[in-house]
Amino acid sequence: MRIATAKETYIADEGLLVTATQRAWMGVLLAMLVLAPFMLNQYWLYLACLVAINVASATGLNILTGYTGLVSLGQAAFMAVGAYTVAFFEGQVGTPFLLNILAAGLVSALVGVLVGIPSLRVKGLYLAIATIAASVILHFVFTHWVSVTGGVRGINVAPARFFGLELASPFALYFVIVPITCLMVLGAANLFRTRIGRAFIAIRDRDISAEVLGIPLLRYKLMSFALSSFYAGVAGGMWAYFFRVVTPESFPFATSIFFLAAVIVGGLGTIIGSVLGAAFMTLVPELLKYVVDWLAPIFPNAGAALSPVRTIVFGALIILFLVFEPHGLAEMVRRARRFFHLWPFRT
Amino acid sequence: MSTSSSPVETSAPVAAHLAVDGLGLWFGGLKALTDVSFEVKPGTITALIGPNGAGKTSLFNCISGFYRPRAGSIRLDGVDITRTHPPERAKAGLARTFQNIALFKGMTVLDNIKLGRHAHMKTNLLQALTYWGAARAEEMELRAEVERQIIDFLEIDHIRNKPVASLSYGLQKRVELARALAMRPRLLMLDEPVAGMNREETEDMARFILDVKEEWGISILMVEHDMAMVMDISDHVVVLNFGKVIAQGLPAEVQGNPEVAAAYLGSGDPAELMRRLSGVGEAA
Ligand SMILES: Nc1ncnc2c1ncn2[C@@H]1O[C@H](COP(=O)(O)OP(=O)(O)OP(=O)(O)O)[C@@H](O)[C@H]1O
Ligand SMILES: [Mg+2]
Repeated sequence: MRIATAKETYIADEGLLVTATQRAWMGVLLAMLVLAPFMLNQYWLYLACLVAINVASATGLNILTGYTGLVSLGQAAFMAVGAYTVAFFEGQVGTPFLLNILAAGLVSALVGVLVGIPSLRVKGLYLAIATIAASVILHFVFTHWVSVTGGVRGINVAPARFFGLELASPFALYFVIVPITCLMVLGAANLFRTRIGRAFIAIRDRDISAEVLGIPLLRYKLMSFALSSFYAGVAGGMWAYFFRVVTPESFPFATSIFFLAAVIVGGLGTIIGSVLGAAFMTLVPELLKYVVDWLAPIFPNAGAALSPVRTIVFGALIILFLVFEPHGLAEMVRRARRFFHLWPFRT
Repeated sequence: MSTSSSPVETSAPVAAHLAVDGLGLWFGGLKALTDVSFEVKPGTITALIGPNGAGKTSLFNCISGFYRPRAGSIRLDGVDITRTHPPERAKAGLARTFQNIALFKGMTVLDNIKLGRHAHMKTNLLQALTYWGAARAEEMELRAEVERQIIDFLEIDHIRNKPVASLSYGLQKRVELARALAMRPRLLMLDEPVAGMNREETEDMARFILDVKEEWGISILMVEHDMAMVMDISDHVVVLNFGKVIAQGLPAEVQGNPEVAAAYLGSGDPAELMRRLSGVGEAA
């Protein structure tokens, strides 16, 4: 009897979206994503593309840091590798757009594997420092390997072309960037329903017993690095087509911190956390800009002072998150879901 | 116990033969193990007993590959595994539980158990990202098998979706056994499976261990302080003291051995030993 009920439910149980409510929300979200380019102006479409690029990269970092427990401050450098790969292939090889994006991911994954090698021996802060060192080395390569990277002046990137169409505006790019990001997020969600995703989590939680279960640590840690930097590389590749110029300063070290903050604010080890965290980190400074604009007529002389205030408020918001919601935006979503699930019987 | 939960349908594991020969292990100046030799015969329960600090867990760590012994060899079905890494030993059919439970606390019971099957699965990274065809089929098959062979067998259906951290100690021990069984072991190693359990939980666990032996037909090596249980369910007992094997044989033979009594009590009276030992069993 019990077995029978279990068998009936487990196929549905193993799905990505278990309840009807979840499926409905996903439907609404997809509809919004499809309609957005026809409703938003250029400025908001520009931001939407930027959010999508950052979501792709944050999802990758969350696989590595949130799910596998390997702290990395190299995500910006991996994005840069992707961006340079696109610039190189677009300019000097002339391969098609989607192939260049794929190449960006693969080259970055390869670099990620190399950077990940110390992860078998070092953990936590020490690993974070090793990834910083790798970023510094990569920055050196970008500035000095002039024949490929164009040195400090960087490379201009021609607009992406897709079936003869030139993808130069945010409106046009939206239709490739957002679907690619959606596929990548879906891929990450799938991953954690399988043996490989479980192995990553096992390594994060207790690497000794992971080994007893037959999980080779080095191979899986490197796999996590490869996948994470593949995501960063693809994101960097899309970034290159979006901004159309890549220089050594395109991905400063602060960008790596930006992504680490994004996955922490969003929620380590959750898919939705990567999405919400990246959106939060990208959009909140813009929204604060609006707030400043509204306040300007009220405090006419404070205009100059308000701009640094914006940075401070942004920083304070992040700190408040860390203090009051250490599990991030994902936890707030979970709590809201529980609330509506039980409503009106309990609060 | 219904027969439907026995794992005979698909690739029933074949019981392994473990031979430990002349094992030696040092920690700095401390001789944790000296010339330890014994066997686990296929399909039997061998108990490893001895006072605290005797070296039982160290021996387990040598067999599962965490410690490199200084001397001696460990063979599984005649194949020398002394120098192989833990994941390879898992593939060869070795599974274990830990004295201080080593489950993944944030994961659900189901995910913990599924992790046990890792080494037997084939899904690669690309398949995992798409969750198409092979990956999906393999996950579904895994879920069905875990439900049928393990969750039902160990009577843990009511907690399958609970995070492990929320469970009682006794249930966590049971989930750890479940995860080890998911590895399709040929030799199952249990480090103090009933430590810290009450009488009822202990009896349940003893029954599960016997059922595993009988229905799964695998070999079991178990460290345990609960003498009543050891004498009840084991086929062979190995006694370790200060890293040396001081006696081994049938439970009854070991019970009557004055050297064993001395190791536990400092006295040579077996009758006194048995009284004290069964006292230990009840206190645990
Ligand atoms: N990693 C280690 N480093 C140094 N000494 C160790 C280590 N592990 C164990 N020992 C020592 O080796 C001896 C045997 O310890 P072990 O844990 O194997 O005993 P045990 O028989 O499992 O005891 P218990 O019944 O208390 O679990 C002890 O003296 C212990 O202090
Ligand atoms: Mg021990």
